Amino acid sequence: MTIIKYLSQKNSAILSHKTLQPLNNMKKTLSLCCIILFSTSIFAQKDIQKKIQTQFIMAENGSTILLDEGSFSFTASLSLEGKKNIIIKGKGKDKTILSFKGQTDGAEGIRISNAENITIEDLTVQDSKGDAVKTMNVTGITFRNIKTEWLGEPKATNGSYGLYPVQCEKVLIEGCEAIGASDAGIYVGQSKDIIVRKSRAYHNVAGIEIENSINAEVYENESTENTGGILVFDLPDLILKKGGNTKVFKNNIHHNNFPNFAPKGNIVAKVPDGTGVLILAANHVDIFDNQIINNKSMGVGVISYFTTENKIKDKEYYPYSEAITIRDNNFERQKVKATGRGRFGQIYRFKLRFGKNVPHILWDGIVDDKNPNPVICIKNNKNESFANMDIEHNFKNISRDKSKVVCK
Amino acid sequence: MKKVFLLFISISIFALSAFYQKSDHDSIMPKEKLSDYQFFEGNGSEQKPTKGVLPYSLNTPLFSDYAEKLRFVKLPDNQTVAYNATEVLDFPVGSTIIKTFYYPNDFRKPELGRKLIETRLLIHEEDGWKALDYVWNDEQTEAYLEVAGDTKEVNYIDVNGKKKKHEYGIPNINQCKGCHNRNEKMSPIGPSARQLNGVFHSSLGGEQYSIKSADNQLINWQKLGILTNLPAIETVPKAAVWNKPESGSLDERARIWLDINCAHCHRKGGPAQTSGLNLSIHETEPIAYGILKTPVAAGRGSGNRNYDIVRGKPDESIIVYRMESTDPGIMMPEVGRKTTHKEGVELIKEWIKAMK
Repeated sequence: MTIIKYLSQKNSAILSHKTLQPLNNMKKTLSLCCIILFSTSIFAQKDIQKKIQTQFIMAENGSTILLDEGSFSFTASLSLEGKKNIIIKGKGKDKTILSFKGQTDGAEGIRISNAENITIEDLTVQDSKGDAVKTMNVTGITFRNIKTEWLGEPKATNGSYGLYPVQCEKVLIEGCEAIGASDAGIYVGQSKDIIVRKSRAYHNVAGIEIENSINAEVYENESTENTGGILVFDLPDLILKKGGNTKVFKNNIHHNNFPNFAPKGNIVAKVPDGTGVLILAANHVDIFDNQIINNKSMGVGVISYFTTENKIKDKEYYPYSEAITIRDNNFERQKVKATGRGRFGQIYRFKLRFGKNVPHILWDGIVDDKNPNPVICIKNNKNESFANMDIEHNFKNISRDKSKVVCK
Repeated sequence: MKKVFLLFISISIFALSAFYQKSDHDSIMPKEKLSDYQFFEGNGSEQKPTKGVLPYSLNTPLFSDYAEKLRFVKLPDNQTVAYNATEVLDFPVGSTIIKTFYYPNDFRKPELGRKLIETRLLIHEEDGWKALDYVWNDEQTEAYLEVAGDTKEVNYIDVNGKKKKHEYGIPNINQCKGCHNRNEKMSPIGPSARQLNGVFHSSLGGEQYSIKSADNQLINWQKLGILTNLPAIETVPKAAVWNKPESGSLDERARIWLDINCAHCHRKGGPAQTSGLNLSIHETEPIAYGILKTPVAAGRGSGNRNYDIVRGKPDESIIVYRMESTDPGIMMPEVGRKTTHKEGVELIKEWIKAMK
């Protein structure tokens, strides 16, 4: 960004200086020069794209692909396929910038598939038409100091995911930044053995989302100014049916009040603005030692899939949340109303009627009668407050009594 | 510019050959020029196959921006391929599948000539299938190896006499595997018994290949001694021709169109299995092929619609939205398409509209 700005300032300075020359033919020469300069820079960019894509294709197992400092524009996805032990390394966030603003080919900025032990670090991926970095079927994938962003106001036409490992094992995301995704900034789907730490997500619909994944640890992240801070979801109709064992701890989850800008049809489009943490049909999630501050609609919400009002056709899918522990967190909020937007907005206004006294922990109250395990338990949170919304009985017995959900 | 281009080519060949030598297996070196393989007579611009290179056609092909395609397969001498009722035929090691993409100058008058764009090879080596792409030069005298992909502009007059101009994407080698992928192994997509079960058809006519156009391709192959275990032809599944109502019901034509255009990814073991949407012709579960299925990671590809397919309502179905789009962040398939297959969209819309 800064480099582009600098260059364009420099160019316009040169131009304005030169155009002071009164001679007409001078102007002609100049515009000719401009055209040549312009076209060579396009050729140069296309050459760089080819060069880098060729490097990605030719990289020998065990090698490092170094990317220079500068801003490079791409018209097609960069893809790495079938490799082992590769490091893709730039000169740093905001120093090596891969811009996909003019992309006409491919559904993601960078795509890495069918690989082992891949590290991608120290670079920025900007304005891809679809997802910024998607990795699929990779065992051992590390994202380090990567920034993914869509410039300008967050909008529905931005790509869906910033960092997007799916069906991967041994995933490490650290020191990353994800901005402006119209779905989730950092999204781990249908994966196993995951760490997301020391990263920052803002101006996304969901900051960090763990979906249908097993053994995830999400810690020491900052998730702010998203619609929802951290989401742990299990959804139907997928190959990896059931996630589980997620730890969410020592995160700073604050001011996630950004109006939802996800395109309808996506599950995150249903997340109300003002959500700190939302657990949907997930199991064995331990949420502790987090700062959960000024998320106006809920600090932590725990719901079953029924509450999404989507139909369930998947017979093997378990739609209930189970064994969700919420402990030792610090909750704070200002005395403001929950959101009035969307389906949840209606629920707050017409059913829950909490006014400005919105409880930090919200549960839909839906339990599986056949499952003896408790759905949620809470203890030892600072400023702990709770409500069972009793959605199953159409909000008949909304209760703030937490005695039944205290951890044993 | 040309020098730079040649330099680039030679560098890629050098690098690619190093890359191929690196592998432990006995890989065949990729050749610099298509003519080096001698699949075609002369420089290959007439696409006249040499002995042992067999042309074939599919009943319902993949849409590739209205490009016409010429397909050939070459088996190693004295080897055969066995019949398989459901999957793509398992061509033996040493086989090459050859596909040339071209645009006639005027789709209404093939005699006015054509422009060859690229010839893609799938080569079956000891350690699996490998993809290579050769791009035709402007002079149409040779096709050169291209590793990193490219974009070209194409011009032609379409079937309705309309002048057309659009971009055409040439894939990079990695992108080939984006589609040609079964459980992370590279694989051909088209030539299944179902798709070959019909007469050979080509915009050029079968005559130049001395194929009697009335004969069924599978029977031809059996007669030539390259196809074994072919059961009675009446029992062989037959893919409908997507745009010929007499060849199958609306459902059959829509399902085979989805199968060839989508199911290389949207199938079990395919790259899009993460979506849970399976568009293979073998899928029988309505939700799995999209009916009232919610999207998983569609993002803005959902187009504010709730389900992949809503019975009777094509304009509320995500699948139609993504087929109509040419935005790379929305459109399906994700690659290999710069234009909308209007006739394909119409077929799928009609299919959805007719659902009760």
